[in-house]
Parts: sequence; structure tokens; C-alpha cells
Amino acid sequence: MELTGDIATIGYGLATIGPGIGLGLLVAKTQEATARQPEVAGPLRVNMFIGAALVEALGLIGFAAGFVF
Amino acid sequence: MAAGIITAAGDGEGFHAPTLQGEFFPGPILFAGTPFEFNRIMLVRVVATILIVTVFWLAARRARLVPGRFQGAIEMALDFVRVNIAEEVLGKESGRRATALLTVIFFGVFAMNITGVIPLLNIAGSSVIGVPLVFAVIAYVGFIVAGVRSQGAGGFLKSSLFPPGVPKFLYVILTPIEFLSTFILRPITLTIRLLANMLVGHLLLVLCFGATHYLFFEAAGTFKVLGGVTLAAGLAFTVFEIFIAALQAFIFTLLTAVYIQLSEEAH
Repeated sequence: MELTGDIATIGYGLATIGPGIGLGLLVAKTQEATARQPEVAGPLRVNMFIGAALVEALGLIGFAAGFVF
Repeated sequence: MAAGIITAAGDGEGFHAPTLQGEFFPGPILFAGTPFEFNRIMLVRVVATILIVTVFWLAARRARLVPGRFQGAIEMALDFVRVNIAEEVLGKESGRRATALLTVIFFGVFAMNITGVIPLLNIAGSSVIGVPLVFAVIAYVGFIVAGVRSQGAGGFLKSSLFPPGVPKFLYVILTPIEFLSTFILRPITLTIRLLANMLVGHLLLVLCFGATHYLFFEAAGTFKVLGGVTLAAGLAFTVFEIFIAALQAFIFTLLTAVYIQLSEEAH
């Protein structure tokens, strides 16, 4: 039996594990913190987006690497 | 192209899966062969630009101090960018300076994204690399100019590449990482985030509706029920795409504001 296809897609699939867990933790912690102290929800939300941008970068690099290499 | 998204013919030889070449590089309409080749996606971008300019022109044409409904709605949208993005991240005075840039980026990206769900256009203007790249370059120049304006060129480089409070020997590894992360990765990730979201959204919509067409018309009897499922999925995903279009515009603008804020603060 022969498996054909592109290893880039497997590579990208593996690359999404880290950012997936990271983003889940980020949003979960922001939710928790907002539930504890709703009046700081604004800055917490902004920090969540900054964190998401950094965490997501790895997933995006994984997606782009399949096209480059 | 090296890898590409290889979609196998999912359900048999009658199903035409979407390909990158077919979906995002349609044939030229005008000026074929020149660097100014004009294809359907460029046409969609021109339509989006005309749309956004027309909307704002109509709102501002006879602007009154006490706004009517349409002007009021547009003012609400503009206030969203000014208050919730610029002033929240940058504060009052710096936010006032950056509001124009952030407004242009927000409404520009949103107009380019939303064409992906508009019925006759059906392709997001930002799903090919040109538009995300241009907006990312605008944001890049924006935060560098903001940093240079507030701290001077040398001061800006020093505060971003040599963060204080670090033992001196660590600068050997920290500064290249900071340089890579601030001056190289930021525009690249801004571009790829917007591009990948719009590209994948379009491919999923094409897959859903293409599968519906195939299952309804060409598949055996029992599979036609599956066509109903894919149609419902396609409709649900269209609503989701509208949300993603707005969210990606918001994230792009918010990140630009955050980068401007990080450039302006002296550590």
C-alpha cells in the first residue's frame, strides 16, 4: 500500500497543535480574569489580542512554509 | 509552486475541487501580458474601493451638526475605530494623531474582505497577496514613523532593540530576536494572517457550494441528502465569513495601534 500526497500538509497540521493550545489558554485565561473583575475587561481584551497575534505567528509561518519549501 | 493545497477529487471524477490556480488567478480581462494585467480580482478590488468611497462621500456630503440616520450610522462606525481602537490603546492625544491612519486601514481592509460574501463578487479582494501586503507596508511605515517621531531615530532603535533591565551579556541573543520579531515578523505576520484567513474562507465556501452542486445533480440517490447538509453548512459558513471579515479588519487595525503604542512608549 502506498501513501501519496504532500508532506507540507502534514507539517502544517502538526504546526497547528502549538498555537491551538496557546490560543485556547489565552482566551480561557482572559475569560476567567474578566469573570473575576469585569471592570478591567477592556485592557484584558487588548492584551489578549496582542498575545493572540504573537501565538498565531507560528501557525501562520507553518502555513506559509509549505508554500515556500 | 512548491506545495500548494492538493485537494484530491473528493467524491469521484465529477467533482471539481477548487484549486489555488483556478480560484485566485483567473484569466486577464484587460492589458494581458503587461505588468498591469487586469483580472476579475482586480475588478473586485476596484469595485470595493468605489463602494467605500461612495458610502463615505454620501455620508459627508451635506454633513450636519445634528446628524440624520445615515450620517449617524457612519459616525457610529467611525467612533468605533476612534474610541475602541485608537483611544483605548493609545490614549487621548496619541490616539487623535493615529485615528486617521487606523480608520483608513480598518475600513479599507473591511471593504476588501467583505466582497468575499457579496453575491456577484464572491472573492475577497484581500485573498491574493497584493492587498494584504500593501496594508501591512502602510502599518509598518506607520509604526516606524510614530516611533521615530516620538523618540528620534536613534532613540527608537535603542528602545526597541535593547530593552532595558536586561543583563548586558544577554543582548547578544536578545537583540537579533528583537530585531527579527519587530522589524521582520510584524509586517509578514500582518500580511499572512489576513491573506490566509481570506484565502481559506473562500476555499471553504467554494468547497461547500461546489459539493452541494455535485451532490444534488450528479450523485446517486441517497447522497442527495448529503447535498442538503453541505448547503446548510455553506449558508452557515457564509454568515461566519461575514463575522471573520469584520474580525480580521478589527485585528489588523488593533495590531497596528498596538505596534504604534509599543513604538512610542519609551521603556
